[in-house]
Amino acid sequence: MSQESLVEIRNLNFSYDSRPILTGINIKIPRGKVVAIMGSSGCGKTTTLRLIGGQLKPTSGEVLVNGKVVHDLDSSGLYNLRRRMGMLFQFGALFTDMSVFDNVAFQMREHTDLPEAVIRDLVLMKLHAVGLRGAHNLMPAELSGGMARRVALARAIALDPMLIMYDEPFAGLDPISLSIVGELIRKLNDALGASSIVVTHDVQESLKIVDYVYFVSEGKIVAEGTAEEMKHSTAPYVHQFVWGEADGPVPFHYPSRTSYGEELMESAVRRV
Amino acid sequence: MSNAISRAFISLGNKVTSRIWRLGFASRFFLAIFLSSGTAFRRIHLTIREIYFTGVLSLIIILVSGLFVGMVLGLQGYDTLQRYGSSEALGVLVSLSLVRELGPVVSALLFASRAGSAITAEIGLMKATEQLSAMEMMAVDPIARVVAPRFWGGVVAMPLLAALFSAMGIFGGYLVGVQLIGVDEGSFWSQMQASVDFREDIMNGVIKSFVFGVIVSWVAVFEGYDADPTAEGVSGATTRTVVTSSLAILAADFVLTAFRFRGA
Repeated sequence: MSQESLVEIRNLNFSYDSRPILTGINIKIPRGKVVAIMGSSGCGKTTTLRLIGGQLKPTSGEVLVNGKVVHDLDSSGLYNLRRRMGMLFQFGALFTDMSVFDNVAFQMREHTDLPEAVIRDLVLMKLHAVGLRGAHNLMPAELSGGMARRVALARAIALDPMLIMYDEPFAGLDPISLSIVGELIRKLNDALGASSIVVTHDVQESLKIVDYVYFVSEGKIVAEGTAEEMKHSTAPYVHQFVWGEADGPVPFHYPSRTSYGEELMESAVRRV
Repeated sequence: MSNAISRAFISLGNKVTSRIWRLGFASRFFLAIFLSSGTAFRRIHLTIREIYFTGVLSLIIILVSGLFVGMVLGLQGYDTLQRYGSSEALGVLVSLSLVRELGPVVSALLFASRAGSAITAEIGLMKATEQLSAMEMMAVDPIARVVAPRFWGGVVAMPLLAALFSAMGIFGGYLVGVQLIGVDEGSFWSQMQASVDFREDIMNGVIKSFVFGVIVSWVAVFEGYDADPTAEGVSGATTRTVVTSSLAILAADFVLTAFRFRGA
């Protein structure tokens, strides 16, 4: 494994029962870079993140993080690796029975013996980085969607991870929160010297901040390149995705075993 | 026709095998709780918090129900006993029925619907909102951090609640029997003291309520952990917690009572 890549996925295949989700995936996440994995809903993006985090095991192929094969680790090895990863879940996944402060402090209290005074300083620093130091006493239910996402971000970077994973960080945000979160992803990555993976279908926002893009469709990588290359790509799928066209290589209709004519005929026969 | 019959058999078979699978999964889950209980005891404040939520917050329903059950026992018991001219034995009747049976069983049923359903809904919603997943990704085992403290909280709270239920019930029986109807106070208490055996009756009730506590807590945490991560899934799991644990309590009560009488 080359030293420049923090994460390397080789010939990865994954299926649920016998339904293939991912086939022949090869991805490299270079150290210090922000990489986006894009694709329409349900194409296997989140599954890829779960495979990197070791929550799922690949059917075949390898996932290496920092030189270690994730799915060969025992549970203590996996937990040690996860301490150095941060993950932002789609809707934040904040612990609803804890305050904002306790949410960010959670990992520090679980994994370190730091005195409470130090934890307080660290938590306020993390919250300050996402602009929410003043909200540390609030409960998650009192936060707006954008604020909750930023708290979750502060929680994800609590232990200064080497790898930060974002699962749809832009979903359901207003335009202002959207660009705040986008900028934070870039700034935190560079300030922490971490590497980031952003799984998203928000093209415009993510192309502004990422270094490299992989396009996934139906479980395969159909295109990859820098953000600039993707904007000007003429590949049909990338073009459809970047410009948001309703029909193209990705069909408008969900595939059906019968044609519409046959289906109408069948219901007419049944009525007789 | 034969098609419909074979389909019915197939669906019956599927239902049976999936239930057995689930039972196996629940048993492994039970084992996993024991193996990851270290945190729940080392960081005892996590478990104490759950004892507060499941035990202290169930106090009102337990105490009020206990009082009324005892008062009804006082009325019904007096009505039957005075036909045989032995209304002084009312204290014995009230206390034995509460300590041996009604205390553990009724308080366990109430506990299942008040605290068990809350545990299932909480864990199920934590799963649905990816909080359990997030915890796993933060290298914190949700079974050790979330499930085990709730399980042990329930196991500790249940015998205490059953004891309070029985005490309150005896007080209810006293109110109705002695204060309202006028049974002799001295014989009410002294006959009770003479006939209720600590080992045979009280310890028996404590063992029962401990077993019921294990059953309710186990069912509640398992249903929550195994719930489909949707609104429908969590509501279904909550219902199953109440139904399954209630039936299991009554069945276990029969088995435990049969054991008690095996030598007699």
